Amino acid sequence: MTMSAAGSEAVRERQDSVVIRFAGDSGDGMQLTGSQFTVESALAGSDLSTFPDYPAEIRAPTGSTFGVSAFQIHFGSIDVLTAGDDLDVLIAMNPAALITNLRDVRIGGLVLVDSAVFTPRNLEKAGYSANPLEDGTLVQYRSLVLDMTTLTQQAVASCDLTSKEALRCRNMWALGLMLWMYDRDRSATIEWLGKKFAKIPKIADANIAALNAGHAYGETVELPGGLTGYAVGRADLPPGTYRTVSGTESLAWGLVAGLRAAGLDRLMFGSYPITPASPLLHVLAGLRRYGVVTFQAEDEIAAVCSAIGASYAGALGVTSSSGPGIALKGEAIGLAVSTELPLIVVNSQRAGPSTGLPTKTEQSDLFQAMYGRNGDAPLAVIATATPTDCFEVGIEAVRLATKYMTPVMVLTDGYLANAAEPWLLPDTDGIPEFPVTQRKDPEGFHPFVRDPETLARAWAVPGTPDLEHRIGGLEKSTSSGHISYDPENHQQMTNLRAGKIAGIAKDIPLQETALGEATGDLAVVGWGSTFGPIFKAVASAREKGLRVSHVHLRYINPFPQNLQELLAGFSKILVPEMNNGQLVSLLRSAFLFPAQGLSKVTGKPFKISELVAAIHAQLEDSA
Amino acid sequence: MTAPTLTAKDFTSDQEVRWCPGCGDYAILKAVTKTLAGLGASREDTVFVSGIGCASRFPYYVSTYGFHTIHGRAPAIATGVKLANPDLDVWVVMGDGDGLSIGGNHTLHVLRRNVDLQLLLFNNEIYGLTKGQASPTSRLGTRSPSTPRGSVDAPLIPGAFALGAGARFFARAVDIQQPQLVEVLTRAHQHRGAALVEIFQNCVVFNDGAFHEFTERRVIPDNQIYVEHGKPLRFGANRTHGLRIRPGTLSLEVVTPGEEGVTDDDVLVHNEKDQALATLLVRMAPPVFPMAIGVIFDSPAPTYEHVVLDQVTEELQAGKADLDALLAGGRTWTVL
Repeated sequence: MTMSAAGSEAVRERQDSVVIRFAGDSGDGMQLTGSQFTVESALAGSDLSTFPDYPAEIRAPTGSTFGVSAFQIHFGSIDVLTAGDDLDVLIAMNPAALITNLRDVRIGGLVLVDSAVFTPRNLEKAGYSANPLEDGTLVQYRSLVLDMTTLTQQAVASCDLTSKEALRCRNMWALGLMLWMYDRDRSATIEWLGKKFAKIPKIADANIAALNAGHAYGETVELPGGLTGYAVGRADLPPGTYRTVSGTESLAWGLVAGLRAAGLDRLMFGSYPITPASPLLHVLAGLRRYGVVTFQAEDEIAAVCSAIGASYAGALGVTSSSGPGIALKGEAIGLAVSTELPLIVVNSQRAGPSTGLPTKTEQSDLFQAMYGRNGDAPLAVIATATPTDCFEVGIEAVRLATKYMTPVMVLTDGYLANAAEPWLLPDTDGIPEFPVTQRKDPEGFHPFVRDPETLARAWAVPGTPDLEHRIGGLEKSTSSGHISYDPENHQQMTNLRAGKIAGIAKDIPLQETALGEATGDLAVVGWGSTFGPIFKAVASAREKGLRVSHVHLRYINPFPQNLQELLAGFSKILVPEMNNGQLVSLLRSAFLFPAQGLSKVTGKPFKISELVAAIHAQLEDSA
Repeated sequence: MTAPTLTAKDFTSDQEVRWCPGCGDYAILKAVTKTLAGLGASREDTVFVSGIGCASRFPYYVSTYGFHTIHGRAPAIATGVKLANPDLDVWVVMGDGDGLSIGGNHTLHVLRRNVDLQLLLFNNEIYGLTKGQASPTSRLGTRSPSTPRGSVDAPLIPGAFALGAGARFFARAVDIQQPQLVEVLTRAHQHRGAALVEIFQNCVVFNDGAFHEFTERRVIPDNQIYVEHGKPLRFGANRTHGLRIRPGTLSLEVVTPGEEGVTDDDVLVHNEKDQALATLLVRMAPPVFPMAIGVIFDSPAPTYEHVVLDQVTEELQAGKADLDALLAGGRTWTVL
């Protein structure tokens, strides 16, 4: 613990976990501020989960409500699985940030604002008719109204900055105060600022000065309302080496780990920029040393086609997008189904339809993943649950794509792509290998000769002597691979394609509950990024003695072999989803269970409290 | 050990060819297999990639590796093939609707990126497989089931499109003029980078005689000019005509040396490295001008996949990358 001079500090109140949101203009540096708070919290031993929430506009007009960018972090000594329901602390850098975020602060929560920016003009832009700092708006909260502008200007006075440059250091002042309040170190941030502004030392110095000043302010000034600092203990995490990781990073690394486990040399990633999927392209573009070639294509169609071409030529083809881009890729994914080539398609889902809410999260592309192609075109669909889970899902996608010669759709979402959490670094020697064999033997070869076990066709790669062959999207004969218009053959091929995907069920783990017994009054079934809130809500309900369990699906097509049997052990089934009821439809149609859906499409993750209420409602109904 | 030299027949697959009798595609298939034999190509390292359309059936009839993909996307798929294995010799077969309409974007980008591919554009100025609708190269006024009163949209000039996109190689040939077609295909193959060859291909069913104006035997001398690097741009039965820059303009004109004070020295000499000249040549068409055939532009530049893969190789040579180092990169901490 960083102690202040001579122990003059008041005794810190202990808290198990805290939810803080930094909110300001899109140019106020809130994402960086939140990220640095995350780093310092992780280094202090907290468990944590983050939720960056930013506008679609890069630089919206200053002071506008639609330009507010926010970063939320939930950290604590407890097992943290969500970014938190209600805010304990809101840092609002301007009136627009206050008006758009105040409703999320719990009664009695702390609201920190910069009084200097509550000018008539800024109030008007935010839509305030009266100054909320004066009209009682904040009466049910603990408010900390400071002239952060002047305090920051004073802190950087000796740095020879323009007034605009000086004001840009406000975020570091606020960060310094928050690091003091939660007793976090700031050396990692100082080091980071030094590196980030290495080329403009005076900016680095000014930001560090502002950070230190914010921290010193907390230490020395008696805060109004008797506010003192808090102590948040270390989380009880298993021993080992940790880092924080976002879903995007761990998915990229999982794909690379999968490439190695498959014994392949090259991963060819074809992609086209789209929010919120582009970060995967950025991370993979930095991994050439690991055999990754990235190709920024002219459009979504070229992106998927280049990946298919690469797989045809013996590399691992991967493409990525968000819903609108996946729609464009549909025909080509059908080609990969028809030619039975390995292909990984990552969908970082966002709110739709059409352009929808590009920066807001949703999980409404499940039907698209299952059915978004012409003809009967089955493929494997798997989903990521948490930022760290993306690593294992990346490896599993490679395994399924290469072993079964099939496209695999990986469903992640905007929340998981950007959210971060601590990660116990895996033992990479322990990753099971699944070496891929490419056909060399011409004896008995034709391009659609199949492994009797997996039904996968042979992967025969151009450059291999005596295996020259032609494939395409026209139907082919089961017995020769040549074009075939024979009606019976088409029936057989359709059955084979369906059977191959269905057969994957024999090769994936049986479904277990994430929490709770295998039978009970209610199963809450989820998939994707709803894992955290569902798990916490089920835990809460169980503490109250309810017989409820959490079932979370990684494998959606095919479902695990025992899923029907498992769900049959519950009287009721509740399926919360950030869509209008897609998994619940799949479960109903597959198993004829009267499962109930719970839909939320506000662009924000479920709150634990919403799910707890839904669980209680389900069980009260039956009582 | 040197592999036995293969003949044109060795490059022919065992599949029954299903183009209409008399289709220009037959002649092109023959010229391509002959070219492959002449190049000493190997079957296993050669790949034909096509989209959708009559022309796109092509890969089934060649005994190399082949991928019949989806409409318009062959250049994108071929780009992926080259990024996976740049040692493969990849030929792309496209039609005019395939490569210039639904796939126009991919053709544009594969040319500007300069991926090392031979791109064969079978131009018959019509949609054949879908039974005769006007295509992006159909001439104004083309009557078709979709344009009963004649097409009203201006046709695209593939050469002008290619040069505008930054192509480093553009050539033209006629389906049934085999020696020239083989020569042009060989040159396209020699060119490192994206090489676009426009082949005038007669569709006997839906657009028969579309190119008669310059492909009928009797009009060839006057209405075609076969351009060769370093040789004067002359044509006509006795090479009586020539092309020169019309004085005081940036345009071409047809002249007859010896008449009206025009001399042999006034006639332009073909320079296949001159993009400005190429831009003028591709826009020529009968009846005012002869149609330029042959290698119109050939000015190599580094290929996309080699530049990209050199970057990869460079980083790979820095040593076997350690997965653990990747995962533990950035800031870590230890819980005891």
